[in-house]
Amino acid sequence: MRHVISVKVENRAGVLARVAGLFSARGYNIDSLAVSQTEQEDVSVMTIVVRGDDRIIEQVKKQLNKLIDVIKVSDHSEYPSIQRELALVKVNAQPAKRSEVYQIAGIFRAEIVDISLKTVTLELTGEPERIDNFIELLRPYSIKELIRTGRISMSKE
Amino acid sequence: MIKWIGFFIFPEVRLELDKKRRTGRTAVKMTGAEIIIESLKKEGVEHIFGYPGGAVIPIFHQLFDAPFNFYLARHEQGAVHAADGYARASGRVGVVIATSGPGATNLVTGIATAYMDSVPLVLFTGQVSTEMIGNDAFQEADITGITRPISKHNYLVQRVDDLARIIKESFYIASTGRPGPVVVDVPVDVSRAETKFAYPEQVNLRSYKPVYKGHPLQISKACKLIEQSKRPVIYSGGGVISSNASAELREFVKKTGIPITTTLMGMGAYPETDPLSLKMLGMHGTCYANQAVHDSDLLIAIGARFDDRVTGKISEFIPEARVIHIDIDPSSVSKNVQVDIPIVGDCRQILAEINKMVKAPDIGEWIDYLQKLKVENPLTYKDSGSRIKPQHVVERIYALTGGKAVICTEVGQNQMWAAQFFEYSEPRSFISSGGLGTMGFGFPAAIGAQIARPDRRVIDIAGDGSIQMNIQELIVAVQHRLPVIIAILNNGFLGMVRQWQQLFYDKRYSHTCINFQPDFVKLAEAYGAEGIRVEKKEEVDAAIERALSITDRPIIIDFRVDREENVYPMVPAGKTIKDTITRELL
Repeated sequence: MRHVISVKVENRAGVLARVAGLFSARGYNIDSLAVSQTEQEDVSVMTIVVRGDDRIIEQVKKQLNKLIDVIKVSDHSEYPSIQRELALVKVNAQPAKRSEVYQIAGIFRAEIVDISLKTVTLELTGEPERIDNFIELLRPYSIKELIRTGRISMSKE
Repeated sequence: MIKWIGFFIFPEVRLELDKKRRTGRTAVKMTGAEIIIESLKKEGVEHIFGYPGGAVIPIFHQLFDAPFNFYLARHEQGAVHAADGYARASGRVGVVIATSGPGATNLVTGIATAYMDSVPLVLFTGQVSTEMIGNDAFQEADITGITRPISKHNYLVQRVDDLARIIKESFYIASTGRPGPVVVDVPVDVSRAETKFAYPEQVNLRSYKPVYKGHPLQISKACKLIEQSKRPVIYSGGGVISSNASAELREFVKKTGIPITTTLMGMGAYPETDPLSLKMLGMHGTCYANQAVHDSDLLIAIGARFDDRVTGKISEFIPEARVIHIDIDPSSVSKNVQVDIPIVGDCRQILAEINKMVKAPDIGEWIDYLQKLKVENPLTYKDSGSRIKPQHVVERIYALTGGKAVICTEVGQNQMWAAQFFEYSEPRSFISSGGLGTMGFGFPAAIGAQIARPDRRVIDIAGDGSIQMNIQELIVAVQHRLPVIIAILNNGFLGMVRQWQQLFYDKRYSHTCINFQPDFVKLAEAYGAEGIRVEKKEEVDAAIERALSITDRPIIIDFRVDREENVYPMVPAGKTIKDTITRELL
């Protein structure tokens, strides 16, 4: 099962390497990893999407907690949270097909951020599952380039 | 008056006075190197192990007249194992100083050894100056990167202002919670830079707060389970030793009458001479310990981590048992075996709480059954009239020291025989690389143990393979007049690998025959140590007695033992107790 784990860490050199090293050393699979600042200057947050059965997820959380620089580990799969991701998709869109691409973008409320003679680049922010759907619909038009930020997650009050 | 004379005559007296003047005031300016010395004093450090080099010259400059006993190893690996042996024997933090690059990388095996066995060490490594880091400078190695997965924590000190706090944190992290090694990488310009020194009174780490007190509800649940059990067994590990819980463990056994087996790391926490002791379990554990654990309905794991060398095939390890697991490391709980009642915290505190309320279960039948197993399946070997059996040597060392020695081991057959044929009765009297299985650990560790325990004879039970991995440290023992005894069980083989080749690889002894070896007696003499060779069984006792009579230098005894003796019983890797090999396969 897929779990979204939010890890608050000390904002120090080497912390990312510690966390990433833990995953590779113990053979855990990361789907995505996003690191950013928080409201506190000396704290960073990592949102890690990891797959595994209950025992593996339990170990992932315990091992993360064991790292000295980790302040708090919370599993956002266990309670309500807001999850977002941003994607940039560069689609092959010849003039004849362009209006169809625009329509899909319109339905998803994606933004057109760049246009060239042969391509359109779209930006979409939303729940990762919504981005999955968006990308699936764009596939027939041939995607030239795709990039996603990885999921970020905040627990609901 | 005398001081004043000294002032003119001896420069070191002047230095000392100088320093006193400087450290007398609060928050005086000091160099990074001076801060290291002062911080180590504040931590109560007495002994330091290490080796100098370019990037740590400023630190060694200060060490020159610092009030520590410094032990100059002959290889950095020797230094870290010695510090490790010192820490295991004393329960205190071991301290190491080595230089950058190769000095630091030579520590790596020792750091990993200490990490796997949860031994508290603080290791200072030199580093190239901050502006050169990442530049492939001379003797540069990214030691914080290298040691990240094999240390409890590590620091690269980037500003001299952080140094005192980092040292304070390092000692705290190394020695609290589940102990482990902490590396402090100090660039040479940080050692030279000056700042105001004030050693922090307290550590304030919001991200590191080990739990010591066990949850009361879990403790009362555990007591209930213990009282209702019919076939309980205690499985006690290294955590009992490192938390100094031996007395509480003994009281627990006394109150409940529950039989106890220990891991390799846990030996000595409970006297093996006691009828309730089942000795060691696992791959080369006693048949009765393994059978007891297998047949149990309640396994009480204390400071142990269900290592694969203990469990064998995990699905058949404890088919009928419920599990209570006491451990300070939450990540050890339910890692390999699903636990019914986890109690996270300090073994000593939790056992003390349990002892207050636990009632003895009714297990007379179970005890009778186990006593019968013990009588029917003793640890044994086929003795010989003339040839020296390695087990016999260990038994004689036990007898002639009255079981009062501190035993260190190398890794392999020597380690297992030392575990099997010596009866350990005191915590910290058996020192061995359990988790990493580091050959070459035992002798330098014995040097550290002898420094920690001048009141006890320290004996390294070695193999002819392992001893050659850190033999250079012999000169350290000679220099410091440490009467460590090295008992080489010399079979001319890398015996444990040869045993596996014999049993599982068609007797193809690929590169395990090492009878092309130095003359260990002459080698001892070349170093200024005592060398004794023993080729006949009847000479064994006299050799051990002679070694024990020497108290001012190390002694090597080269026991020429039966070459193809094997360690039994043996549960092959990943197998079950049904597959136990108890004697030679014909």
